[in-house]
Amino acid sequence: MSSDHRPAVMPGTDRPASPYWNPYVAGIGLGLVLLAAFVLVGRGLGASGAFSSTVAWLVSLVAPAHAQSNEYLQGYLGDGTTHPLKAWLVFEVLGVMAGALFSGLLAGRARIAVEKGPRVSTAVRLLCAFAGGILMAFGAHLARGCTSGQALTGGALLNVGSWAFMLMVFVGGYSVAWFMRWQWR
Amino acid sequence: MAPFYKYGFFGDEMSLVLAFVLGTGFGFFLERAGFGSARKLAAQFYLFDMSVFKVMFTAIVTAMLGVTYLGWLGWLDLSLVYLVPTHLVPQIVGGLVLGVGFVVGGYCPGTSVASLATGRVDGFVYAFGIGAGTLAYAEVYPWLKEFVNSNDMGQVTLPEVFNLPWGLLVFAVVMIAVAGFSAATLIERRIGDKS
Repeated sequence: MSSDHRPAVMPGTDRPASPYWNPYVAGIGLGLVLLAAFVLVGRGLGASGAFSSTVAWLVSLVAPAHAQSNEYLQGYLGDGTTHPLKAWLVFEVLGVMAGALFSGLLAGRARIAVEKGPRVSTAVRLLCAFAGGILMAFGAHLARGCTSGQALTGGALLNVGSWAFMLMVFVGGYSVAWFMRWQWR
Repeated sequence: MAPFYKYGFFGDEMSLVLAFVLGTGFGFFLERAGFGSARKLAAQFYLFDMSVFKVMFTAIVTAMLGVTYLGWLGWLDLSLVYLVPTHLVPQIVGGLVLGVGFVVGGYCPGTSVASLATGRVDGFVYAFGIGAGTLAYAEVYPWLKEFVNSNDMGQVTLPEVFNLPWGLLVFAVVMIAVAGFSAATLIERRIGDKS
């Protein structure tokens, strides 16, 4: 297993990308943002819900009748009085984009690239990313949240379902990791 | 008295502004930790870099201690902080599927957003996959609905289920985290030496 997982040199410059922060420092920062969300708004952070709102909105544009008749999508479209994208998690995820881009630019890590090991082709890596995304969507919907909405948020609130979920994420991940190692080594 | 939004200190519009601001902080620290890179995230499952565990548990412990102390001081009404209802079996199955998706694709929803924002094509494709999966889920929802809503335990915390004091559970989580951090560092060294 290669331990070369440091950020690469920024193309077109001699400046190497800055190293990542110490995980405990980044973790405290993340925890304080989560705490601020609890104190200010009375809810935690999330991500997968923003995808649902976006998909529901897109379907309502392309096939309005279908979106209206689909029970799941209907839940994200509401009664039509407010725009489906005017949702808390959509604004939060837009913030995630801005914050990540700011950090990436600051550290010289923002660049067009594909994250993969040296021995896997880009096409196969992207196919895996797509398949992983589909699985993730099903997992997050079954669990009522993803790593942020369930594990992080519910973990800090000692939510029963969140801790069961979090444990199973690691079980699921480790049980298939050996079969997927060619993607990274 | 907090949560401020629930006590009517500000309205819906302001809560959306705060959503963006809080998201900015979330994205910033995710990227700082290296979680915009699938290689860094996947490393957790190959044991030579356990940053995912360390960052996640540090964040959980920080926020957990924060709500605990603010609650004890009487400044935060924890009963007004939204808890996702527990549906044990669907959440166990969901966790397994999500864990597999994490290793196959290299991201979770939040980290894929941080990744695509910093120009990673695989992060973008992963997010596109989440969209496709959501669309597929919406189509099969009538068949999954009963299972997803089964096992309803309501909004429930570990101290309530085990009938133990909140403070004891908090102490236990902190101890488990500290032990986990030491174990993670030991494992990283072992695996790192071998490769």
